[in-house]
Amino acid sequence: MSIYAILNNLPALVVVVPLLLAPIAALITANRLAWFIAIVGTGVSVIAAILLCTITASGIRVTYYLGNWPPPWGIEFVVDGATSLTLMVMSSLAFLVTLFAGKALIGEIAPKDIGKAFAAWLLACGGLYGLVMTADAFNLFVFLEISALASVILIALGAGTDRRALVAAYNYLVIGAVGATFYVIGVGFIYAMTGTLNMADLATRIPGVEAQSIILVGFGFMVAGMLVKAAVFPVHIWLPAAYSYAPSAVSALLAAIATKAAIYVLARIIFTIFAGVPDVTALALEWVIIPLSVVGIFVGTVMAIYESDIKKMLAFSSIAQVGYITLGLGLATTAGVAAGFIHIGNHALIKGGLFMAVGAIFLATGSRVSIASMAGIGRKMPITATAFLVCGLSLIGLPLTAGFISKLYLVRALLDGDHLVLVGLVLVSSALSVVYLWKIVEVMWVHPAPVDKMVISEQPALYIPLWLVAIVNIWLGFDSSLLVSAANRAATALLGVGG
Amino acid sequence: MNASPLMMLANNWNYFAVIVLMMAGLFIVISRYNLVKKLVGLSIFQTSVFLFYISVGKMADGTAPIITNDAQTAYSNPLPHVLILTAIVVGVATTALGLAVVLRIHAAFGSIEEDEILAMKAEDGVPRVRRSRDDSGEGAA
Repeated sequence: MSIYAILNNLPALVVVVPLLLAPIAALITANRLAWFIAIVGTGVSVIAAILLCTITASGIRVTYYLGNWPPPWGIEFVVDGATSLTLMVMSSLAFLVTLFAGKALIGEIAPKDIGKAFAAWLLACGGLYGLVMTADAFNLFVFLEISALASVILIALGAGTDRRALVAAYNYLVIGAVGATFYVIGVGFIYAMTGTLNMADLATRIPGVEAQSIILVGFGFMVAGMLVKAAVFPVHIWLPAAYSYAPSAVSALLAAIATKAAIYVLARIIFTIFAGVPDVTALALEWVIIPLSVVGIFVGTVMAIYESDIKKMLAFSSIAQVGYITLGLGLATTAGVAAGFIHIGNHALIKGGLFMAVGAIFLATGSRVSIASMAGIGRKMPITATAFLVCGLSLIGLPLTAGFISKLYLVRALLDGDHLVLVGLVLVSSALSVVYLWKIVEVMWVHPAPVDKMVISEQPALYIPLWLVAIVNIWLGFDSSLLVSAANRAATALLGVGG
Repeated sequence: MNASPLMMLANNWNYFAVIVLMMAGLFIVISRYNLVKKLVGLSIFQTSVFLFYISVGKMADGTAPIITNDAQTAYSNPLPHVLILTAIVVGVATTALGLAVVLRIHAAFGSIEEDEILAMKAEDGVPRVRRSRDDSGEGAA
């Protein structure tokens, strides 16, 4: 096979390699080998994503016809600036968490399940990559369900250490399936009115439809379904339990990439499919997305302050962070959407890192990580605790961390649009997030460890991927030009040049 | 087209069936505590969407979309059928996985009533399998 054949099929490779390696991993009983296959699968996706990123950086829009069927008959993959950035963030975080999963997953679930666990892991990753790239509204649903069902399996594997993981997995399955079905109902309405499923084709045909009220209904169903998957405030209830009872590595994977893909799809629905009916989308953004984002930011932050279980606290904080992203997208200006995409990248880094650190502490201490059990961890596990601190400061948005860049661009975008109240709310909520993170930091470094605790050793296999994430957090705080320019390209790709 | 409500009902009865099934399914998912009944509700909810797609694909006087020699034949739209074939597969997988999880919940909690399980969590949050620190390392590689 020549190099050109590989390059021409890059978009397909990102999805196909993890999906094809999944059944192989399921058959393998040697756990290290299954892990190695997962590394290969996610690694190939990272390389392909980097190549796609460099191609789209020059403004090229990569299209790929699956099975050589041209759209609108066949399914099309489209990779533009927005896709390649999201794909790059997701695949690289998935790769780093897979490195972490070697020790973490093998330490937390029954040895006979490891191969199958990595199979579900690869299916979840492949499904989410496909979700981001597909330009076919119905194919999107299929990828959505592939990743959702695989995630349910991964969450349920947490039952080895805590049986509540099963209930969390069940609730995620049912709520997720209702959300996905809402999306399909919406697609049905739109298909009935336009006769096409290709996103670009839909965008051109929707403004010409006479019965705009039906388009409105379809739009409502599609957005409502995606809000469930993205865990935006009132429909977020599946998220805290799912993230906190899943195995540590799974929490890190899902927190880093799962909701990001759904948010990206939300942006695609609003800015690509329904680009031709700006009055409808503006209504939804102004009266639904922005208010829900702001309420979600505060509800998530306050719930996190009152939570003593660390994983649950981080999950509540995720709801708040999703709020920042959708707030940026809700502004529908180039600056706002770019701020949203910057935070998609940064939040993936921050939460991936924090969940990995908590996972490392869980594996070392052998008990659920709560505020009380973290006493003195700063001295017992200095390497892990310092990485936790770095990611935590980044979450607050301290200058010289990645989180600061997110907040900076978000506030600038809000000031551009004269949303002074929103600026105040973002700043107040950032200050509130100091409260819950400071509680952890104080316990870790200031409080003495209980005397009877045994010596805890830190494992390089766990803290090396963690520190890679932490270093990127700091690096982006110093030099964010790569991320910011990629986010600007993403915003231009979504909104068009004039947006 | 007659504008009377009864005629509208008669002409679009399939869509009304979809609405009734959809609401019934969603209501069961929301209101029942029994985890298996919730899955039944979810299946009904999904099935209503399948019917919706099939209804949309039907053309007036259209036959099955198999090519005939007569140029005058009107065909129904085959694409919604294909889409729903995929959606049925997804629905079956969802139900199967849901039932498997319910089995595991029954084994772990001894109940499939959501309210009982929630009450149990409050008084007894102890992990089912206690892990010692020693086996946290290597697995069975």
